[in-house]
Amino acid sequence: MTLSSTTAPPAPTDRPPRVVVTEKPTWKQRLFRAEEKGAPYAYIAPFFVLFIIFGLFPLVYTAWISLYSLKLGSSNAEWVGLENYVWLFENPKFYNALWKTLTIGVLATVPQLMFAIGLAHLLNYRMRGRNFFRVSMIMPYATSVAAATLVFGQIFGGGSGFANWVLSFVGIDAIDWRNGDWTAQIAIAVIVTWRWTGYNALIYLAGMQSISQDLYESAALDGANRWQQFRHITLPGLRPTILFTVVVSTIGATQLFAEPLLFGGGTANGGALNQYQTITLFMYQQGWTFGFLGRAAAIAWVTFMLIIGLVLLNTWIARRRDRDPMETAAKKARKVAAKGARR
Amino acid sequence: MRSTKKTTIASLAVMVSGALLLSSCGSSDAGSSEASESSAGGEGKTVLTVSLFGTMGFEESGLFDEYEKQNPNIDIKYESTQGETKYWPALQTKLQSGTGLADIQGIEVARIADVVANQSDKWTDLSQFVTKEQVPNYLEWKAEAATTEDGKVLALGTDIGPMGICYRSDLLEQAGLPTDPAELAAKMPDWDAYLELGRQYKANAPAGSAWTDFGGGLYNAIVSTEETIYYDESGEPVWDSNPAVKEAFDTAAEAGQEGLTAKLEQFNDPNWEPAFANGGFATIACPSWMIGYIKGKAGDAGAGKWNVTSLPGGAGGNWGGSYLAIPEASENKEEAAKLIKWMTDAEQQATVFNNVGNFPSNKEGIALVGDTTDEYFQNAPIGKVFSESAEAAPTQILGEGDGVIKTALTNALLSVEANGVAPADAWENAKAEISNQLG
Repeated sequence: MTLSSTTAPPAPTDRPPRVVVTEKPTWKQRLFRAEEKGAPYAYIAPFFVLFIIFGLFPLVYTAWISLYSLKLGSSNAEWVGLENYVWLFENPKFYNALWKTLTIGVLATVPQLMFAIGLAHLLNYRMRGRNFFRVSMIMPYATSVAAATLVFGQIFGGGSGFANWVLSFVGIDAIDWRNGDWTAQIAIAVIVTWRWTGYNALIYLAGMQSISQDLYESAALDGANRWQQFRHITLPGLRPTILFTVVVSTIGATQLFAEPLLFGGGTANGGALNQYQTITLFMYQQGWTFGFLGRAAAIAWVTFMLIIGLVLLNTWIARRRDRDPMETAAKKARKVAAKGARR
Repeated sequence: MRSTKKTTIASLAVMVSGALLLSSCGSSDAGSSEASESSAGGEGKTVLTVSLFGTMGFEESGLFDEYEKQNPNIDIKYESTQGETKYWPALQTKLQSGTGLADIQGIEVARIADVVANQSDKWTDLSQFVTKEQVPNYLEWKAEAATTEDGKVLALGTDIGPMGICYRSDLLEQAGLPTDPAELAAKMPDWDAYLELGRQYKANAPAGSAWTDFGGGLYNAIVSTEETIYYDESGEPVWDSNPAVKEAFDTAAEAGQEGLTAKLEQFNDPNWEPAFANGGFATIACPSWMIGYIKGKAGDAGAGKWNVTSLPGGAGGNWGGSYLAIPEASENKEEAAKLIKWMTDAEQQATVFNNVGNFPSNKEGIALVGDTTDEYFQNAPIGKVFSESAEAAPTQILGEGDGVIKTALTNALLSVEANGVAPADAWENAKAEISNQLG
């Protein structure tokens, strides 16, 4: 407050300066002042108190636990320093889990976002029953993961599941989806894709509607077909939205848990060869199946760092991208100028 | 005016945030009051919570209803988790925090040594209650395994797991194999002969039907006929050097490599259960508790298609079986102990056997079921088959890491049959996994 009063421009001359208070403030005035200063903190307090209880404290406590050898079911913890981290970085299963998280993440995210953008583009046109299609997009997202995974578990059944039945028409032999390496990962990626495509499509749709309709109309007048319109108007206009969905999907893929757990029948093994054991599943297995809470805590912290790293990377890419529109605008301007010159 | 309005809003905000704080801190209170409410129950009834795994047969045989009828002041709340490998970690979490525990919890036999060695402070000593009278009635090894060195009885036995081979006689007939239990048993003097029958079956079997469900199941059956398995009498792990374990592993791996198994991981593969009904496999190593599984999963359509015979060579053995125990955190120990005693009495164990096949661990109970036949299994003398197996069974030595080792080896066998891993490599993987977990 004092800062603003000193930097404020001089008060108009017809009013006396109000800053000088010579007499001591009364008790009531002081209370009033304290309240004025304190109120914003009180307003914001609930968030921070809840954050400290449910966010910060678990984070710090997990870090503390990760320095101990603590077995689930026993109450004596033994200080081991960084041993849990050494164990983790020497463990091939950790790298396996990292790799599987990456591969399943790519298998799930890339098609998911591509389908979503295509669907959103189609839904953006005027058509009959548009609202119905838009609402039904979001249905998979509203379905419980458990129910969806159980159903997909049956679809990808080994002998006579739906997926194998469909493939049998194109002459492909029955696939043991669950036990195979890539097949299990693909099956899980399909579940994730099915669930999140509609959600992303709606976000893209919202982004598309902020693009001016005039651009499409003038492009159509110039003879651009729908693909060209999509390529040259929709995609550039969607850039910030795409970046947002990529960040969110990346974080989601890093934390993929329920789908592989339930696909494995509720065990955290991720298949006999850990072929679909993601990093969170690996953490869960160490902590709750094997009972090594210290090791699980160490994995949790490494995962946390990993996600922070990914977010920073994304932000960095976003910053670089932010500079681009200026350049493209400049390029366009040059092109227009060149065209004009030709005329 | 303006300032007072502002003050009101501000103080309101402080009050609201304060209330939020209180409510968030107070949630633990709400939780505990809920718990005490549930233990008090409506109309002064005592509510006993029972949490088990798989099909232990009490609910299925209507025993909880019967107990409530006999004891109007008791209200039993029952829940069950399908797979023990999911049930156990959840139970450990609850034990750690001391909340969410039922008054009566089931414990699988592979975990009992761990409980006795490491968790005696988390479970109630049952010898201080009426249940002391019950202990002499049990098979000696069953009671001994749940007793600590200083004489605390931490759990009472429900069932044991004597074994047979359950088979689909209609499928065997289609493949030209004998369907009569005695004839089939005569063709199987040992496990190699069992695999040989499997090869014959495979050559003539209907499409999509394997000889047995899972190499891990076969392995467990073979190894469960042994006395020394994973630990020796001094409590040292010997599984790695025990030829019986290696032989059982190799036999099961052979079956897997030759395609005699349906590659269905027991309890965890979502397609394992449907395969009971759709003929995905023809035979399954059958501890007595599997009887109830078969009836449940194959359903009415499977009635009269299944049959039971003894293990190859008429071997005796024990695979699985369970205990009931009361967590130290329970507030109704006395009533819970009474219920456990009643549940494990000879008559109740016999009822459970007759309904779902879980074989009694109570000596009087065993005597009661000797003549039981089962209509579902073509009137097979299941009482006789399993009694003989129980009688011929060696007294197994149990160890702390039984559950861990069993799971790792079973998993290794899945990798052999489903992923084409060489048995020797799978064995090494399991070894690494076990030493990682047991240290």
